[in-house]
Amino acid sequence: MAQGPYTATVMDHFMHPRNVGEIEDADGIAEVGSAACGDTTKLFLKIKDNRIVDAKFQTFGCSAAIASSSMTTEMIKGKTIEEALKITNKEVMDALGGLPEIKHHCSVMAEDSVKAAIEDYLRKKGKG
Amino acid sequence: MRRVYLDNNATTSIHPEVAAAIVPFLAGLYGNPSSLHWAGRDVRIYYDQARLQIADMIHAHPGEVVVTSCGTESDNHAIKGVAYGNSEKGGHIITTTVEHPGVLNVCKYLENKGFAVTYLPVDGQGQIEPDDVKKAIRKDTILISVMYANNETGTVFPIKEIGAIARERGVPFHSDMVQAMGKIDIDIHSLGVDLASFSGHKVYAPKGVGALYIREGLAIDNLIHGGHQEDGRRAGTENVIGIVAFGAACEIVRKEMQSEYNKIESLRKRLLEGILERVDHVRLNGHPTTRLPNTLNMSFEYVEAESLLMALDMNGIAVSSGSACSAGSTEPSHVLLAMSIPPEICQSAVRFSLGRENTEEDIDYVLSVIPEAVSRLRAMSPLYKR
Repeated sequence: MAQGPYTATVMDHFMHPRNVGEIEDADGIAEVGSAACGDTTKLFLKIKDNRIVDAKFQTFGCSAAIASSSMTTEMIKGKTIEEALKITNKEVMDALGGLPEIKHHCSVMAEDSVKAAIEDYLRKKGKG
Repeated sequence: MRRVYLDNNATTSIHPEVAAAIVPFLAGLYGNPSSLHWAGRDVRIYYDQARLQIADMIHAHPGEVVVTSCGTESDNHAIKGVAYGNSEKGGHIITTTVEHPGVLNVCKYLENKGFAVTYLPVDGQGQIEPDDVKKAIRKDTILISVMYANNETGTVFPIKEIGAIARERGVPFHSDMVQAMGKIDIDIHSLGVDLASFSGHKVYAPKGVGALYIREGLAIDNLIHGGHQEDGRRAGTENVIGIVAFGAACEIVRKEMQSEYNKIESLRKRLLEGILERVDHVRLNGHPTTRLPNTLNMSFEYVEAESLLMALDMNGIAVSSGSACSAGSTEPSHVLLAMSIPPEICQSAVRFSLGRENTEEDIDYVLSVIPEAVSRLRAMSPLYKR
């Protein structure tokens, strides 16, 4: 059910977020945003043969931020690194059926978390 | 689904007796109260009676009450009216960092027009120190504006002490009393204020009507120029339905205030104690005792307030995060920041504001929903360590 400024898809992902939690032996981890600014999200990736085999998140933020993180994990699971890096915040928003303009930054944070977690993976891999 | 409304500082429901009072003006009594003929006269008596009801609520003379369109118009009229009326005397205004935007943004506007403004700080409980007001007064100070009660935290300010300081120094004193009306008794003459703002929809009247108290003998500039309405102080055809409703609401609320607020205060206590019992890592924002009886502001640490608001909304519970005027913004509340509360704790602040319709069952229902909603959101939060 749509609620306030949010679509039914946003509310569904907010009330029943997919892939919440941590991955203990994650290959790539990133934390973006800041609690002081209202939103922060932590993304954990498990990567095998260049493919994202698992993704989990933790978010402190508004319902749009939680829904954006949830949708993003769904979108990147099973994708190659190259495919995941191409996902834009616009695609996350489209998948959610849209976000109010004032909440667009939540989808940007989700996109940023994917890029940062993959960077972390590549950095660790380079060292190893 | 059960619906519980705990956002009475944003607005209140229209009291059934107020609704009944305006029915004759929706069908039948349509005259312009400024008209001399029968149609105008028929309405004028009710208009005058309503002004008297509003004046009685604050123990003022009816001639000291100017009817406006809302609390914000009253704030604008008071502050700009003094500023533009006294600008030859210089222009320094004293206010606080925690005012409603209706005052704060008028002061910022006047700063851009060349006036100087001092914004007084508050302590960790959102309280101001009257001595700070005294120290801030300069030779060119033309106005002091301090709210009676804060809309977000419910902290009640020492208006009488500030009024005495203002009198002693001969500086006009305005107070935004929008949230105080109907919640604490307002004896306007004993408080030493010269100007005070009120709003109808916070006391069970409809939106679109407010009032400005202007102490007898005080001359300020008009905000809205035009016809001779409101004794030449506020032009525009009178909002008959609005004032009749506001008047009726004042009469009802004044009679019920003591008993209603004892009840509301005990419900608020039930809510506070219930939350403290059931949820850890919570903190009360605002003064613990010098406060409005109906307002409870609490931070649920590690949870962002908007997500909690939406989760409660999904369960039929209406609360607010920050003040309604800045909802949708991701900026933390200016009121809580001014209290030196860390920004991430400000982001976790939810305001519960109770009203006359709330019951013990409402509070118990809310208490049954909150713990699960909070723990669900905490389980998702990267800040929360079990």
